[in-house]
Amino acid sequence: MATVAAAHSDHAHDEHHDLGFIRSYIFSEDHKVIAKQYLISGIIWAIIGGLMSLVFRLQLGFPDMDLSWLKPILGEWVNESGKLDANFYLALVTMHGTIMVFFVLTAGLSGTFSNFLIPLQIGARDMASGFMNMLSYWFFFISSVIMFWSIFIETGPAGGGWVIYPPLSALAEANPGSGTGMTLWLVSMALFIVSSLLGGINYVTTVINLRTKGMTFDKMPLTIWAFTFTAILGILSFPVLLSAALLLIFDRSFGTSFYLSDIYINGQALPNQGGSPILFQHLFWFLGHPEVYIVILPALGLTSEIIATNSRKPIFGYKAMIFSMAGIMFLAFIVWAHHMFMTGMNPFLGSVFMLLTLIIAVPSAVKAFNYITTLWKGNIVFTPAMLFAIGLVSFFVSGGLTGIILGNSALDIQLHDTYFVVAHFHLVMGSAAFFGMIAGVYHWFPKMFGKMMNKTLGYVHFWASIIGVYLVFFPMHYIGIAGFPRRYYQWSGFEAFNTYADLNAFISVAAILTFGAQLIFVFNFIYSIFWGKKASANPWKSNTLEWTTPVNPGHGNWPGEIPTVYRWPYDYSKPGSESDFIPQNIPFSATPESNLPEENELIEEEKDIENIEYNYNIPD
Amino acid sequence: MTLIIGILALLFLVLTVLVIGKTQDLLKSVKGVKEVEDDSEVDGANDWNALGLMVFWVLSVVGVVWSFLDAKKDFLPEASSPHGRETDYWFWVSMAVITVAFFIVNTLLFYFPLRYKYNKNRKATFYPHNNKLEVIWTVIPALVMAGLVFTGLRVWNRVMDDAPEDAEVIEIMGRQFAWAVRYPGVDDNELGNYDYRLMDDAAGNNFGIDFTDPNSFDDFTNGTEMHIPKGKPVLLKIRARDVLHSVFIPHMRVKMDAVPGMPTKFWFVADKSTEDMRAELNNPDFNYEIACTEICGRSHFGMKLLLVVDEPEEYEAWKKEQQPFLSLNPGFVEKVPDNLKARALKYVETEDAEVAMVTEEVEVVE
Ligand code: HEM
Ligand SMILES: [Cu+2]
Ligand SMILES: [Cu+2]
Repeated sequence: MATVAAAHSDHAHDEHHDLGFIRSYIFSEDHKVIAKQYLISGIIWAIIGGLMSLVFRLQLGFPDMDLSWLKPILGEWVNESGKLDANFYLALVTMHGTIMVFFVLTAGLSGTFSNFLIPLQIGARDMASGFMNMLSYWFFFISSVIMFWSIFIETGPAGGGWVIYPPLSALAEANPGSGTGMTLWLVSMALFIVSSLLGGINYVTTVINLRTKGMTFDKMPLTIWAFTFTAILGILSFPVLLSAALLLIFDRSFGTSFYLSDIYINGQALPNQGGSPILFQHLFWFLGHPEVYIVILPALGLTSEIIATNSRKPIFGYKAMIFSMAGIMFLAFIVWAHHMFMTGMNPFLGSVFMLLTLIIAVPSAVKAFNYITTLWKGNIVFTPAMLFAIGLVSFFVSGGLTGIILGNSALDIQLHDTYFVVAHFHLVMGSAAFFGMIAGVYHWFPKMFGKMMNKTLGYVHFWASIIGVYLVFFPMHYIGIAGFPRRYYQWSGFEAFNTYADLNAFISVAAILTFGAQLIFVFNFIYSIFWGKKASANPWKSNTLEWTTPVNPGHGNWPGEIPTVYRWPYDYSKPGSESDFIPQNIPFSATPESNLPEENELIEEEKDIENIEYNYNIPD
Repeated sequence: MTLIIGILALLFLVLTVLVIGKTQDLLKSVKGVKEVEDDSEVDGANDWNALGLMVFWVLSVVGVVWSFLDAKKDFLPEASSPHGRETDYWFWVSMAVITVAFFIVNTLLFYFPLRYKYNKNRKATFYPHNNKLEVIWTVIPALVMAGLVFTGLRVWNRVMDDAPEDAEVIEIMGRQFAWAVRYPGVDDNELGNYDYRLMDDAAGNNFGIDFTDPNSFDDFTNGTEMHIPKGKPVLLKIRARDVLHSVFIPHMRVKMDAVPGMPTKFWFVADKSTEDMRAELNNPDFNYEIACTEICGRSHFGMKLLLVVDEPEEYEAWKKEQQPFLSLNPGFVEKVPDNLKARALKYVETEDAEVAMVTEEVEVVE
């Protein structure tokens, strides 16, 4: 009897590993495969979004340029005299913003690294629900297809800015993009939100329930803390965007008046009365502001790990980092109206939001200081990942500082909706998060693909990128101080904005070169997947659990038992220790030479930790 | 500028050559043996990257300073309104504070890599936390923030406070894609009511002026320029009739959204007339402009209105010269209720009025 049962279970086991191509690579429930699907989708979107910015940068930098050569791609959107259509300019800006914020830096970043690292770093065989995880990717995929399709429809994609403020986005008479293009935008975003929620709930559940023996919350790597906070932010704020979008859909299609009132357009007074466009802005930014932290927190989490590993030093202020992130997460929900100082909102509200906004600068500053102190007296190895992480900190600081000015409502009067804002958010959120994502790819590539990326190309990529990003976005502050409004097709119609033609041309050239430099990365990425050097299991000599898996972790991540965790993830260069790193799964009893006094006391508890009963099986 | 673009291009050219060379190496090695790389070897590139970061920062400092000085001449000139000079002042104070932080933090960030680059004979210092340090650098930013918040709030509250009683009231309305202004008129100095349902572009009533309100009889409108008096508070009553717009007067440091269904306002004092600015900037063609800063559709970038700041006497004279809307569009006398007709007709030359009524009848017959 027993033999039969054993044989049977062996059989089932084998089947499990022979899933066939479709189940293993397309409709896979394995978190590592899903992570790669997100990553590759994110890279493709980044290229599309980047190319769009180049087209409108050409328009801004060289307003007289003949763009006829773009006709094969853009068709009717370039007219006979070679000029870009002004409506299409706005559509490009809108798509660029939407793609970068949501598809690249939300899905591409959280989707990739939360999926890949959460189970590996907390010691789980997979996500809490592999099926939901798969659904999450495929909802994102359908959402992507719809957004992509919207670019090619006759009336053009949505063109009201990525914030889609009504009434512009509600009335097809107001803007061609507000017709079918906007409908597709809304449908796509609704699916995106579903995807994001499925993902987020899974991340949080997994972190709470599936940690391995000994992985108490105070031993979790900062990456996991960051992903968890990010997921909570998303879970609480995305539904609000969904409801905002839903009400907008009602206004557009069913004649309701949530956001519409007193409108006369195209020679006609519309019947809508009593709605408020400001209501939409409140709802939108209730997601919109947390969204910027959804974008930056995972990048900061990755950076914490990379900086500690490559400085061969513990992250400075582990607890302070967690509290800062918790503070940022909490405050992120109560600063949204700093995007609305000049909307006619009650000035008293403006005062309140100004106060709260400047408070959020404090935990952000603490994080930056902690990174720098981690470098101090380190023994720093400059892998490409480390260089990008340092770049991130620089952008986060440089861009964050101008936030102090924009958060001051009195100063925002002049700067609101100018290029100063564009410069600010591209540094602090756009470029910083982008660098975080790239750093993450360089760092975890060996674990994802079992190969090493080429270092030299990585260095070239880094240097071209950091120089390029600063050359593109730093001068935008000047243009903003001179008052140049954003979302302008051209400025020369105004005497006040008829300067800086040279500087704008310069920025455009720098943008093209910076974009070109990213192709080095794409080449390196693809090349290394197939022909890169084989990686070792722990190439960066890192402490976290993912590096205890085999070079190519299979389904279930660890071939044998999941390692038990005894210590925090940052025991680098511990005094007394021979090696300059002690992985989390090494018990204190094995390292008497380097234990701190309080750690020696913990040796007694090791037996208890080992005896904890866990059910490691993936419920499938 | 061409020089910089040249240097930049050269830099990227060099990088390209490097990349191509390296790529070829890689492609050659495709067929070669794939050995397991032990990346624990830290090679010479490490020192170069460490040095590179510091050099990058030094060059950046030079670049930041130089580009700032170079770009400065095209920043907006000193504000033409007292509140604008105040916000400008605090802008530059804040800028000074953050510039100091910018230099200190980035300097440390780019210097430590050079100072503490990898050396296999050295070990990093195990230094996981220091509560005193943490407290210090939580408290210092908090204090600086508190200072900025406090000053910011004071200025903000003053700017956003109610306009003085005697302010000159002017209505500005945004639509796709132009601004239009309406004045309360010289006789009663009160803006008449409006209703969006009365708007009618074909007939000319693009403001939706309500002619059952006698206050509107003497109101006059303008679609090309706004005049305001120098040295006197001006209260802009702002509205939009189709989508969001935003009134932006760069030289006055004035900005406020125009929202359909929700009138907004902004008051300020212009203390330099157009002529004063022409003299100050030594540019006889100078004009103040009003722009739109809330995306409103295809010609968002073209929503320009001239702003003329007159000496007070000139301004009063200019106002007197303006023809009330009703005089220019006598047909609207039709809309005036009978009991007010007599007052309305004062603004319409009788002949005109009759003609207007006749044409209107003809239209109806058609
Ligand atoms: C190749 C690099 C990039 C360049 C040259 C670039 C350039 C620009 C410019 C010039 C605008 C303003 C256009 C206008 O107002 O008329 C813009 C808008 C925007 N960009 Fe980027 N960008 C780049 C990358 C990114 C990234 C990585 C993000 C991710 C956060 C991003 C997010 C946005 C957003 C949210 C907007 C606002 C869209 C809107 O106004 O609705 N961009 N970009
Ligand atoms: Cu915000
Ligand atoms: Cu506009």
